[in-house]
Amino acid sequence: MFYEQITDWQPRLSESAWESFSGVDVERVLTRETLRPHDLVVLLSPAAHSYLEPMAKKAQALTIRHFGRTIGLFTPLYLANFCTNSCLYCSFHAGNEIVRCKLTVEQAIKEGEAISATGLQHLLLLTGESRTQSGPAYIEECVQALRPMFASLGLEVYPLSTHEYRRLYEAGVDSVTLFQETYDQITYAKVHPSGPKRNYHYRLEAPERACEAGISAINIGALLGLSDWRQDAFFSALHADYLQRTYPGVEVALSVPRLRPYAGSFRSSAAPVTDASFVQIILAYRLFLPRAGLTLSTRESPQMRENLMPLGITRMSAGALTSVGGYSENNNVGSAQFEIADERSVPEVVGMIRAKGYLPSFCDWVNMRKKAAVGL
Amino acid sequence: MNDITQSDNLAEDTLLIGGINLHSRLFVGTGKFSSHEIVPQMLEASGSQVVTMALRRVDWKNPQENILNYLPQNTILLPNTSGARTAEEAVRIARLARAAGCGNWVKIEVVQDQRYLLPDNWETLNATEQLVNEGFVVLPYMSPDLGAARRLRDAGAAAIMPLGAPIGSNRGLQTKELIRILIEEISLPIIVDAGIGRPSEAAEAMEMGAAAVLVNTAIATAGDPVFMAQAFRLAVAAGRLGYLAGLGERRLTAEASSPLTGFLQEG
Repeated sequence: MFYEQITDWQPRLSESAWESFSGVDVERVLTRETLRPHDLVVLLSPAAHSYLEPMAKKAQALTIRHFGRTIGLFTPLYLANFCTNSCLYCSFHAGNEIVRCKLTVEQAIKEGEAISATGLQHLLLLTGESRTQSGPAYIEECVQALRPMFASLGLEVYPLSTHEYRRLYEAGVDSVTLFQETYDQITYAKVHPSGPKRNYHYRLEAPERACEAGISAINIGALLGLSDWRQDAFFSALHADYLQRTYPGVEVALSVPRLRPYAGSFRSSAAPVTDASFVQIILAYRLFLPRAGLTLSTRESPQMRENLMPLGITRMSAGALTSVGGYSENNNVGSAQFEIADERSVPEVVGMIRAKGYLPSFCDWVNMRKKAAVGL
Repeated sequence: MNDITQSDNLAEDTLLIGGINLHSRLFVGTGKFSSHEIVPQMLEASGSQVVTMALRRVDWKNPQENILNYLPQNTILLPNTSGARTAEEAVRIARLARAAGCGNWVKIEVVQDQRYLLPDNWETLNATEQLVNEGFVVLPYMSPDLGAARRLRDAGAAAIMPLGAPIGSNRGLQTKELIRILIEEISLPIIVDAGIGRPSEAAEAMEMGAAAVLVNTAIATAGDPVFMAQAFRLAVAAGRLGYLAGLGERRLTAEASSPLTGFLQEG
């Protein structure tokens, strides 16, 4: 279990431990081809801050070698925003007075059609955590309805049981995104004061349950800025490494969500993740896990996304909305989960990627399970 | 040994696979390029006739994004089963490729290891057996292992595609000795796939007697992919000529001017 690695490493990651490295340590790590967890600590340490340029050069070369000059595109579709949790940093917080709604299957189809018309073929389905309003059976219905329109369907919902993941896999889901938010148990308890999400372990072990159920791609990450970013970045990458080694057939990717303003007044007590620290995290992820996908959402500004893209990013959301509905003109819209910083349309994002000398890929993977033909 | 026509004229030196005589011994891939528009230029410079593409990445819904629309009419398509983790998945992908009009050639790629993308020979063999029975021209990508290669041959593979090094690693012919043995022992074209990072390594594989090489990452990620495609074309041709010409035996020490057994001829 990955938790054992957390308890093993945590005592070794004190503030003085991070400060104990020097430029010589960073230089030594940069000469290595295969990195160990200890090397990752060095790359996330303050000493590596002065080595962002050489780290970036190496990260870019590794990314091009393994992924080419290609950026996979996807977009999220929020199916519902009912939520029984009270995550302090989230707009869907049960106590927030926001417009709550849930798409009917017919509405979900309309949204799907509107998204599909933009050319996007990778869809990520999201809900808040409400087993009564958006339970697995409801999600399954939506998956079955949307499957024919898309090459691949991902799921970003509350943690499920192995059996539930299996059912959704059978229905047509092939990837699961689930963020631990923070690996620090004290902060985790603080920012999740009530609701089922309080259960740290059930969430932590969910990616493994998804792998056991047959899901072929897993995307994990920490909400950077919620707790000490060095620790959270370290454990996110270590978690990805653990999943890669335990489930060698599963494609493991990391997301880099940075805390954004939302409809509330939460202020994290942790130090904010500056742009330089954010870059350091992305580079450390790439150098430690050369073959892992790195996903960047529209939480970041257009300028930031353009500059981060060549450093190791392999997947980006485009034309994204974080409200329930809104892609299709006819549907009502529920409140958004977080403010989007990059509001550009799909063609605009595609144009930006091309201008940077990269190929925007609408279709990187077709889930061919039970499909009778491609392109229909 | 490969079934080739020894000839001092390279134009007449063809490679027979699936009933087709190929003049180019450089197979190329379509992945990792910065745009689709560059692919036809790269193809022209490479002189390649056989082009592999991952069926998983073919965008059937957007014509301007569909790589197949960028390939010349006479290209021989070699769809690959990238993304397949089992024989069953590979077989399904191959059938879908054929149904979609990609012809009946298929490169079997079954990978259960996402860290190194190394192929699973066992699943590859199972997929090969099934697809040969269904009339496909099957080119299995494999870890160079003589026993597995013999089984693939017996299953009816049209060629064997051993890796030189892990996909995208640009590490060259790390498995050289194992590939040499396959060339020596397997009476099928041996096509070195994966790992070739520079033209000189392609030439080296051809000098060893490989029937062809498949190159993708080294061309796609080069500073100038079109020039690099041309460089590979020349390297493959040079290596092939070197092989056909009969390379002189490499000597580690200088030949003694007074032979040690010279006394036998004396008197």
